[in-house]
Amino acid sequence: MEAERVVRSTCPYCGVGCQISLNIKDNRIIRVEAPFDAAPNYGRLCVKGRFGLDYVHHGSRLTAPLIRRKPQARGQRTPATYPDDWREAAWDEALDLVARRLLELRWRYGPDSIAANACAKATNEDNYLLQKYVRGVLGTNNVDHCTRLCHAGSVAALQLAIGSSAMSNSIAEMKDLECFIVTGSNTTENHPVISTFLKEAVCQSGAQLIVADPRQIEMTRFADLWLRHRPGTDTALFSAMAHVIVQEKLYNEKFIATRTEGFVEYADSLADKTPEWAETVSGVPADDIRRGARMYARASAAAIYWGMGISQSTHGTDNALTLVNLALLCGHIGRPGTGLNPLRGQNNVQGCSDSGGMPTVYTAYQPVTDPDVRRKFEEAWHTRLSDQPGLTTTEMVDGILSGQVKGWYVMGENPLMSDPDLNHARHAIEQLEFLVAQDIFFNETNVYADVILPAASFAEKDGTFTNSDRRVQGVRKALSPPGQARADWEIVANLAQRTITLICQGVDHYPDNACRDMDEVICHNRERILGSWIYVAPSEVWEEMRRVTPDFQGITYARIEREGGVHWPCPEPGHPGSPYLFSEDFPRGRGVFWSVSYGTESELPDDEHPFILNTGRLLYHWHGGTLSRTSALNDIWPECTVEMHPNDAARLGLDMGDWVDVSSRRGTITARLLVTARSPEGVVFIPFHFVEAAANVLTDLRLDERAKIPDYKVCAVRVARATTIPTRSGGQTPLTERGSIKDPLV
Amino acid sequence: MNKPEESSVVSLTINGRTVQVAPGTTILQAAKNIGVNIPTICFHTSLTANAVCRLCAVEVVGARTLQAACVVPVAPDMVVNTETARVKAARRVILELLASTVDLHEAPEIQTYIEQYGARVDRFAGGLRRQFDVFDDNPFYIRDYSQCVMCWRCIQVCAEDVQYTYALTWGSRGMESHVVTAFSEDMPDTTCVFCGNCVGVCPTGALKGKVEFELEGSYGHP
Repeated sequence: MEAERVVRSTCPYCGVGCQISLNIKDNRIIRVEAPFDAAPNYGRLCVKGRFGLDYVHHGSRLTAPLIRRKPQARGQRTPATYPDDWREAAWDEALDLVARRLLELRWRYGPDSIAANACAKATNEDNYLLQKYVRGVLGTNNVDHCTRLCHAGSVAALQLAIGSSAMSNSIAEMKDLECFIVTGSNTTENHPVISTFLKEAVCQSGAQLIVADPRQIEMTRFADLWLRHRPGTDTALFSAMAHVIVQEKLYNEKFIATRTEGFVEYADSLADKTPEWAETVSGVPADDIRRGARMYARASAAAIYWGMGISQSTHGTDNALTLVNLALLCGHIGRPGTGLNPLRGQNNVQGCSDSGGMPTVYTAYQPVTDPDVRRKFEEAWHTRLSDQPGLTTTEMVDGILSGQVKGWYVMGENPLMSDPDLNHARHAIEQLEFLVAQDIFFNETNVYADVILPAASFAEKDGTFTNSDRRVQGVRKALSPPGQARADWEIVANLAQRTITLICQGVDHYPDNACRDMDEVICHNRERILGSWIYVAPSEVWEEMRRVTPDFQGITYARIEREGGVHWPCPEPGHPGSPYLFSEDFPRGRGVFWSVSYGTESELPDDEHPFILNTGRLLYHWHGGTLSRTSALNDIWPECTVEMHPNDAARLGLDMGDWVDVSSRRGTITARLLVTARSPEGVVFIPFHFVEAAANVLTDLRLDERAKIPDYKVCAVRVARATTIPTRSGGQTPLTERGSIKDPLV
Repeated sequence: MNKPEESSVVSLTINGRTVQVAPGTTILQAAKNIGVNIPTICFHTSLTANAVCRLCAVEVVGARTLQAACVVPVAPDMVVNTETARVKAARRVILELLASTVDLHEAPEIQTYIEQYGARVDRFAGGLRRQFDVFDDNPFYIRDYSQCVMCWRCIQVCAEDVQYTYALTWGSRGMESHVVTAFSEDMPDTTCVFCGNCVGVCPTGALKGKVEFELEGSYGHP
């Protein structure tokens, strides 16, 4: 079938940032192709990018602003799941209502009573405007997004050790690797296109691969060495590898002398981290640990790739620090084929962080606590800014419960699927005085809202995404949005103008309000600040971002159009961009070795809850399922599966496809059992995509102290034959006859 | 005695023009460098060349048979002619044979070649045609091997050229031969991960996204 037009864009699923060609006919995507000559994917796609974009055409898209008919009282907020619970409203009415309600809270309780979720699926421009609104109009730094729930541990560690927070090397280097470690990353399912380059490195270039993972993921089939450590013992394993490298003097003396500090103390701290000790803790044979250490250290260039298995832990920062230590010991950073590479989850989680969607920093990690930086943004935005770091995503929930946060603005996220301990999060949301959500679908969170603003999908707007290797790439409008849906940046800009106008009208009615100083500045600058919120297109938003962000200076829409994408930092127009970082020095000068002691704060199994629950993702689904479950993707893996080792299943008298109740101290879910030796004995794995059996009902709210990231990978559960079998569509069909559900090892 | 140094450049003649390329370069690439396009069907820039379609056949002076430009490397002082009468005749017959057995209506590139080389698509008509029921066994793509020219691209992209999934291989013999899964299982029961990279490299309508297939109303189409 011939397309009317072909629009180049960037895939909206994972952080690889694959370039796609949307073939359009009659305002419909009829085919998704990938250009063979364009980085980073060179014609390759995965199932989600090629066949999973049909969600944009789904009949349940939100097409008009919705206002809840029944006013919600604090503490008694309920979900509104019937169409009659809502009435369609004009944009004017909905936006005025949102502006007025937010301002009432702001004036009554102060600006920090409002919190906002930025969105790692939205564009850089969308997110820049949201944080500009929250900071520059509402007056709080309470803006964060799901990066807190994914790579906060990695970011904290990289900040501590080298002063950076992104992948140091590019995807293009992968196929030429000499040696690399993959840990805590089920790469073939979660970054499928990157995994093809890693497999190519092994099979075509003879690269050595070390996989460190408790699960028998597909990458283990390509590994020279698979270190199967017990969940949560990462620091023991990697510290023991460092022990071997120090003891056998395999480290890079010159690099340590010229580029790092704290080596002597660090080396001392490793004295008792012997491979034999690590074997007792992690279950990995001491000789394998030695072999792995030697492979990594002796390679002339070696890289480390990691995912959620490292960061989503009460000791996620420590986990990542042990990886940084390995790279610093061997000097495997700052050159092609080396590096510290956290694989980012969402399509634009890098960009959302880069655009200031975090409570402590403006664009490109300029701290809100730095007076000079703040002054620059105050001048650019014609406003007064708060010097207090805001709340993180996980702290917002507690802030609601403690009464500090009264109003929540959720742009495109779904905390009631993605937060840990969902019952706890739901209790929090019930306490809100005002909840506004901006989304393309109804989801588990926004049915609690007072107002829902219908947004345009990635295919219906222009903008940029920044992928995992810091490449700013184009997103281009290919379709007109359904009904009255509008692009996020447009909604926020319009809301900001209304809010500013209301501030200027209302400032005298609240003489004692806590925002008086800020309001006076805004009123004084009224024309200029209103003018600064007029954007004709996202390109104008990007131009403003460039002006306030030294690291983006050299990146323009014209250049992205010409080159396909530019790796930031790119400080001036002629600069080539930075595919790999830290060749000369680290952002903080020298890299620091951080001694890490082994220990865990996780909830460990006991007699009552004898299994460790590990949560994660499947190839065919996306996070809370809002997108993938309204797509053909749902047909290939239509239900939640509980992965359990055959020996455990036999002990419990359970079989493939049996319905089981999985319970933790927080709740119970019911789903069918997928018997497979993929996870080790004593560990069950449940994907978190399925609302009817939401894994995060079970997970625990324990946080990493430094990164505030929850412990999604370890909590204690009990598994038993289900007391009642749920009536779900398809539940009568044997499990392994549904879509592609099967034991992946057989 | 010193061996003569291996030259880093090979000099050859293509259609009367001298061209210099690195050793190991294929004739196809060397020709492309000077703007001479040799027609191909099975060849794809991102995949391993297999020379199965033979449409890229060229005449190399001194060689007994026509040579497949996509795999034959250049040699010093080689003289290549890409559009001689013999070459054109070979290409015409290849296209005529293809058209006699395969449904090419969704292969625009091949249609262009048919026109370019004056191939008579009915020249060998009336014999057996490759006809298969459409495999519609998964939510994402269909397989219509009546349109398959057996270029190998899908099998390769599923194996070492990209995905390392090995869901596809050859089955059957002669006119019946076509791409199959192991034990002819339905796709969801194979190792297939539905990346669709096979669909992305298919030069005809043999592999097609389900959305497109349904929009065309192709259900029931033989």
